[in-house]
Amino acid sequence: MTHPLKDQAAIVGIGATEFSKDSGRSELQLAVEAIKAALDDAGLSTREVDGLSTFTMDNNPEIEIFRNLGGRELKFFSRIEYGGGGACAPVHQAAMAVHSGVADVVVCYRAMNERSQYRFGASYVPPPMPSAALATFSWTLPFGLTTPASWVAMAAQRYMHDFGATTLDFGRVSVAGRRMAANNPKAWFYQKPITLADHQASRWIVEPLRLLDCCQESDGAVAIVVTRADRARHLKQKPVLIRAAAQGACDDQMNMTSFYRKDISALSEMRLVAKQLYAMAGIGPRDIQTAVLYDHFSPFVLPQLEVFDFCKRGEAKDFVRDGQIDLGGRLPVNTHGGQLGEAYIHGVNGIAEGVRQVRGTSSNQVSGVEHVLVTAGTGVPTSGLILAAG
Amino acid sequence: MSNAATNDWLTAVKAQIGREALPPQTAVDPVNLPMIRRWCEAMGDRNPLYAEGKLAPPATLFMWTMSHFRPDLSREGGSLLGLDLVDAAGFTSVVATNVEEEYCRDLRCGDVITQRVTLDGISEEKKTGLGVGHFVTFRYEFTDQKGEVIGRTLFRVLKFRPPAKTAAAKKSPVPRPPVTRDSAFFWEGLNQRKLLVRQCGNCGRLHHPPGPMCPECNSLEWRALECSGRGTIHSFVIVHQPQMPGLNYPLPVALIDLEEGARMVANLGEIAPGKVRIGMPVDVDFVEIEKDFVLPVFRERRAG
Repeated sequence: MTHPLKDQAAIVGIGATEFSKDSGRSELQLAVEAIKAALDDAGLSTREVDGLSTFTMDNNPEIEIFRNLGGRELKFFSRIEYGGGGACAPVHQAAMAVHSGVADVVVCYRAMNERSQYRFGASYVPPPMPSAALATFSWTLPFGLTTPASWVAMAAQRYMHDFGATTLDFGRVSVAGRRMAANNPKAWFYQKPITLADHQASRWIVEPLRLLDCCQESDGAVAIVVTRADRARHLKQKPVLIRAAAQGACDDQMNMTSFYRKDISALSEMRLVAKQLYAMAGIGPRDIQTAVLYDHFSPFVLPQLEVFDFCKRGEAKDFVRDGQIDLGGRLPVNTHGGQLGEAYIHGVNGIAEGVRQVRGTSSNQVSGVEHVLVTAGTGVPTSGLILAAG
Repeated sequence: MSNAATNDWLTAVKAQIGREALPPQTAVDPVNLPMIRRWCEAMGDRNPLYAEGKLAPPATLFMWTMSHFRPDLSREGGSLLGLDLVDAAGFTSVVATNVEEEYCRDLRCGDVITQRVTLDGISEEKKTGLGVGHFVTFRYEFTDQKGEVIGRTLFRVLKFRPPAKTAAAKKSPVPRPPVTRDSAFFWEGLNQRKLLVRQCGNCGRLHHPPGPMCPECNSLEWRALECSGRGTIHSFVIVHQPQMPGLNYPLPVALIDLEEGARMVANLGEIAPGKVRIGMPVDVDFVEIEKDFVLPVFRERRAG
């Protein structure tokens, strides 16, 4: 049976600010600039927006954005938990909202000065309050495990042990991302590729992660406009259908520290997303031509290739060694340069790249694109999308 | 707010009101065009009268006799009258709060400025946003080479007591964990040098990190199982960056499989970071970070 949400909504506009290390303006201004650009791209007016969706750790309230847009009637607003794992979920929310008739035009956004105003990768020390959310940090905080890099490193070490991957394999992911970024004029690391030797020479952050395994901290914003597929056909751009969208959390899930499940590098929640996406789209891995795989840290790109069945469990290292994630390979990955190369806009810049691949406008365009897979944060409750030509 | 000691120093300062606060100071250089141009450039002032040297900007009045930005031992004067007493009373921080200027005639190139300054007043103790302090006012008079008055300035500063170091500065170097009713037993157990894991009172399943309901049978009944502290390393990291105060880097942190079946994060003691291996057998020990704050630390098991 066809899934009731399949192909019912479309992405009709994308917009972004420049990506930098110091935007020189407020996060709220970045947000409204990107949203206006996305609406212009769609050929829609700010007055037509009646839904907004984002995910946590964005500091811009929906209603402040709506005031600045001069919006008239905001009928749908939602905010998904768990940071980067929520990256694709607002598009999922938007699709459900427009398909159900709750809203007509929903804008998904992310806007952050997470390099110039604060340091996103810094240690997090929660206040000592007795809440269940904060108490989850108590099991790692006193031992000095306080950064996203340190939480991912724990799973990466075990993955190397279980499957014989090495830090060179993590490096290959970074080198591939930077090669893509080098050819993307919007990328922070435009024309700045790295070699595997550069990766190996970069300093340790948290062993087994080196500096060049870690994504950037960036200033910038991205916005995505979603409306019904039937309406999309009458708008300015070639519609990009939301063929499938899903969220997932399972297997003794914790936020970045799911250390108490049997297999700590298996990305069980992403496997749950994969299962739903393939079922909803009615396709399998062979139908995907290119993918945007969340790369806050390079090691977790490898098990993502495995949970989406591009290769078997433990064989992603071979897939990467064979150059299959490069342009011309079986599955070019992160053609915008990823968050290692383009910018870290918490995954939303990856959705924009997925849209460009379907439209045929990427600076690293893959030929014959029918389906693009986009994933959200790894190691956290997460989400994903399959985008397709209308 | 008044006690004998306060009154003593304040009375002493008040007794000096109206007196010369510094010896008269005559400018080293006459008012001159290069300095005027430099000032206009810094301030963004494009008035052609200044650039052509016809007049000097009135606001430079204060500038010609200013003390050097490097301490100049050859110059007499020292600090303004009264401020030494205010400092000694503990009001050691300073912020300028008011400047009022009066210009009597145009300032021109060639004028040689002499400055005289008097102590004009000191306020009673005030509570301000910066802290408790006193406002101290000085009056400056600027004369030219003929002794004619060119202008006057009122200059007021707030001298305040720097805020005491907050309690935060004395906090434990290792951050304290947020503790809930569901997890308090674990931390209290550590204080008694016990490694406790929540065990379902119905089906016996271990549940760590603990929660109020057994994920297996949904029972709310539970007991604390005291673990042997024997385990093996399931995974580990070596933290290099960023570094937190109170911890030693490179810092090994391990995920330990306890022999009872639970898994937990802890630091490793007495081992070189390069020697840590997955599968390594370890035993628990306890370290007191401060009173009522004990953490588990695992050490490599000795042979036999």
